[in-house]
Amino acid sequence: MSLWSYANPRKFLDRVEPLSRWLFAAAGACLALGLGWGFFFTPDAVNFGSSVKIIYLHVPSALMAINAWLMMLVASLIWIVRRHHVSALAAKAAAPVGLVMTLIALATGAIWGQPMWGTWWAWDPRLTSFLILCLFYLGYIALWSAIPDAEAAADLTGVLCLVGSVFALLSRYAVNFWSQGLHQGASLSLDRQENVADVYWLPLVIAMLGFALLFAALVVLRTGTEIRLRRIAALRARAQRSEGAA
Amino acid sequence: MRAVLLRDLQLAVRAGGGFGLGLAFFAIVVILVPFGVGPEPEVLARIAPGILWVAALLAALLSLDRIFAQDAEDGALALIATAPVPLEGVVLAKALAHWLTTGLPLVLAAPVLGVLLHLPAGAMPWLLASLTLGTPALSLIGAFGAALTVGLRRGGLLLSLIVLPLYIPTLIFGAEAVARGAQGLDPLPGLLLLAGVTLGCIALLPFAAAAALRVTLR
Amino acid sequence: MMDLGRYAAEVLLAWGVGLVLLALLVAQSLRRARRVRAELERIEADG
Repeated sequence: MSLWSYANPRKFLDRVEPLSRWLFAAAGACLALGLGWGFFFTPDAVNFGSSVKIIYLHVPSALMAINAWLMMLVASLIWIVRRHHVSALAAKAAAPVGLVMTLIALATGAIWGQPMWGTWWAWDPRLTSFLILCLFYLGYIALWSAIPDAEAAADLTGVLCLVGSVFALLSRYAVNFWSQGLHQGASLSLDRQENVADVYWLPLVIAMLGFALLFAALVVLRTGTEIRLRRIAALRARAQRSEGAA
Repeated sequence: MRAVLLRDLQLAVRAGGGFGLGLAFFAIVVILVPFGVGPEPEVLARIAPGILWVAALLAALLSLDRIFAQDAEDGALALIATAPVPLEGVVLAKALAHWLTTGLPLVLAAPVLGVLLHLPAGAMPWLLASLTLGTPALSLIGAFGAALTVGLRRGGLLLSLIVLPLYIPTLIFGAEAVARGAQGLDPLPGLLLLAGVTLGCIALLPFAAAAALRVTLR
Repeated sequence: MMDLGRYAAEVLLAWGVGLVLLALLVAQSLRRARRVRAELERIEADG
């Protein structure tokens, strides 16, 4: 019995989907521990005051925003190469989750930037890259919802995901090139990695784990929903056909 | 491939083909900008490269859905797909036709509009070079987007949502090269990167677009 | 309530926005899952 046998939709619903309950529980525990610890029991940073607490939401959501796209890329590749329907549906299920993660990262970043940089938004390479990522998610989700035929939708969004990944990566470097060019002086980007002292590190790691588990739980749950939707559509079509014959 | 190219060109030039519409749109967008931001030459010269590039982007976008949609509606696409030419070649020919009817006129009109925007004379060659190098990428990326959305009813709006994010690298490198030229800096890195994007698109995107077309034709 | 100092408003706003977005996502996923599950059971019972 190989791992691939779990790509059978029936089996996915029977064996994998129930796991989402445990994943949700684990995610909730990690988030409660990491976020609670971070919010209530970490000291304020010297330069940033209590605003440092925003990183417990900002960094994990940014991390998952990128990982969600990577997961969609892998799932799309599996769909295109091995044509497992569950894989295509998992990519579809992950996209809205990734979009919300991107929005959280952008929103918390903007709120953090307001007191720190004195502005809600700066065309800093990292911020701009996330905005572009957000646009890619929107296009991908829009394409899924626009194509009526399920299999064609899976194929076309798969191709878009592959091409989009290349262009998203390209945009990342293009944006670097662009903002180092003319707009030097205003170097707003603070490398926050350097500022993460040991006190903040452990709760942050736990929060990241919590976000990752939450992502997994949501994707498993939503994939199950997509499988059921597909089955409903198939049953409806069959019913219509037999009515037409009778 | 040549037959597809000639056929597309003839269809575009014929009345109702929309030839020149993109060009007029490009000119109008550029002419509207001074009304929005004011007539100061320094301001206009500063933003001219970006305006010209964004306008070129939008003008190219305008005619994208023509690449495959009409052929898909009247069934010509299915016939072309059975021809002994690989579908990748068809995509390349159609993108080339789109470039000849949309991209090339934009390149030729850009210097005139550049004068209107007080673009420094020293930047003109770089404007021409960057548009010449960059607009083929716009046509190819557009052909890919058009292939993805060809069978859809509300394809037009979706097409722009999908294609515009893909245009970002081309836009950045192109506008940056002109802006550096205008400031007397070395525009070569931007131009080289732009050429890289275009060559990459020529090499890879016909395959992606053809794969998408095969799905739609299935 | 603990003292959040100078940045209290920003910190609370950021946490509020972040947690509300997460909660909405989870709630929407769960509700949709439940609805679709019920729908499928209804159809399968009919057929």
